[in-house]
Amino acid sequence: MPSNGPSLITFFVFAAITLVSAIGAMSLRNMVHCGLSLAMSFAGLAALYLQLNAEFVGFAQILVYVGAVAILIVFTILLTKNADVHLPRASRGWLSGLAIAFAVCAAIAVPILKSPSLNRLAPAAPSHSVQRIGEQLMTTYVLPLEAIALLLTAALLGGVVIAMRDDPVDKLKPKADLQPQRRRGAEAAMESTSQRLGG
Amino acid sequence: MQALDQIFVTLKQWILALSFWPDVIKPILSALISIVPIMVVFGSCFAVTTIMERKGLGRFQNRYGPNRVGPFGLLQPIADAIKMLTKEDIVPFSADKVLHFLAPIVLCVPVWLTFSVLPFGRNMSAIDLDAGLLFFFALGASSELAVFMAGWSSRNKYAMVGAMRAIAQMISYEIPLVLSTVTVVMIVGTLSLNDIVLAQTGFTFGFIPNWHVLTPWGFAAFLFFMIAATAETNRAPFDLPEAESEIIAGYLTEYSGFKYALFFLGEYLGLFAITGLAVTLFLGGWSAPLPFLNFIPSWLWFFAKFGTLIAIFIWIRATVPRLRMDQLMKFCWKFLVPLTLINLFTTAAWHFAGTWQFSGAPIVRWLICAAIVAAAYVGMGRGLTLNRYPKRIYRYAE
Repeated sequence: MPSNGPSLITFFVFAAITLVSAIGAMSLRNMVHCGLSLAMSFAGLAALYLQLNAEFVGFAQILVYVGAVAILIVFTILLTKNADVHLPRASRGWLSGLAIAFAVCAAIAVPILKSPSLNRLAPAAPSHSVQRIGEQLMTTYVLPLEAIALLLTAALLGGVVIAMRDDPVDKLKPKADLQPQRRRGAEAAMESTSQRLGG
Repeated sequence: MQALDQIFVTLKQWILALSFWPDVIKPILSALISIVPIMVVFGSCFAVTTIMERKGLGRFQNRYGPNRVGPFGLLQPIADAIKMLTKEDIVPFSADKVLHFLAPIVLCVPVWLTFSVLPFGRNMSAIDLDAGLLFFFALGASSELAVFMAGWSSRNKYAMVGAMRAIAQMISYEIPLVLSTVTVVMIVGTLSLNDIVLAQTGFTFGFIPNWHVLTPWGFAAFLFFMIAATAETNRAPFDLPEAESEIIAGYLTEYSGFKYALFFLGEYLGLFAITGLAVTLFLGGWSAPLPFLNFIPSWLWFFAKFGTLIAIFIWIRATVPRLRMDQLMKFCWKFLVPLTLINLFTTAAWHFAGTWQFSGAPIVRWLICAAIVAAAYVGMGRGLTLNRYPKRIYRYAE
């Protein structure tokens, strides 16, 4: 958390935007509104990254999550049939849900607050952070990078295979045979028309 | 000459140095002095471009274009603005009111922000971000959501079809757009737009500028970038999302008055921003084309190149007919994307050939890379068109 006045205010503004839109993503009745609210939450998170001087992470967050993932989510919602169905309010046992949520939150928060990593001072912001990220990716972490690239390529090919028609040859063949017939039919129609017109 | 070149920078420093500003508002004032000129200049660019485009299209189509308001019709933008602002703002009864209202704002705000990283002249960019190029594309990506919001919230089938088309097109053409800029990043080794321009200043053999467009990979990348930019800004021949003869106006169907004007503004500003990026990445930004022309201020060079590219965009719009949806997708995925990928290899070859020591190495390097680019273009073009488009049979029109 930043210490001085103005950046503290902006931190709370961004945190509020992130949290409120995250709550909206869970509790809004319309699925498309939920998706867009989630995109807003992603954007708020990106703003928080930027405030921590993590330029690359912040911009990548906007590019990937707000640009691509949000569109993907919204399209998925549209392709499912209940995009416009207004769902009933969630479960009746909200009291027990609240208790469980608090318990989980405490279980995560207590170890974090006890851990010594909170006392560590933040290192000085590097001057050419993006360049250093690039260098690290291409030297130290080149193997994980290649593995991820391979995985994504496989996913891409899988998507193409699923989207492809099963047997394009069989479906195209009768069409190719029909073509001359249809043409002949058209010519015959033309001829009969011209005959009728006395041409 | 140096004074004229830096006149705006000195002016800003002079205003900031005035003694009566309290220290608290100085950062805000500094930001305002950077932002307001951008908004004024590109806002008036918008007005000028609309009239020039209408006049130009008129000339291309053998008619006069607007010629009633003011001398030669030059005051037409003012009349347009008054018309837009005084029109009734109609929101469809079944529309999603909130999203319908938010969509034009979500479109315009990121587009304005993209101008903040463009260097308009020597030392003239609002913020010098280390990751400027990434910032530009990150903001450009968020315009897809705005288009979706506009199309979906209108509750109109034409609007929805238009939004679907627009998003499919923008997502597809974003790949060649980004891949063609990656070449520049590979050679220069930075994402900062200021450093990219600085890398292009100076001359080879004393008179050939070091612009990226004059290298084989840069020329190819520039063409791919311009094509993808035309598609990204939904301009003809890629204006399927708002094809007025097919789906009325696409996602703009249910917009009127000021909101429609905002969409219009957002689209033109997107065009300006991406043109500015093309100038920055490939045409040397604010650098002069010949050494003896260095006396002309750098910002004038930027806007000269910028205006030329805008004119080319208008020219293309008037010349090329609209594509079909399947042609659009085929052109992107089967032609542009493979070519931009091959261009990455060309760029890598160029980079490694830079270490050659023998005499005449730069020329050999240039020729080899040009040969790769030409071979890829011819090969891909042949492969794509060979037996793919059987002769079209017209049933009644022959």
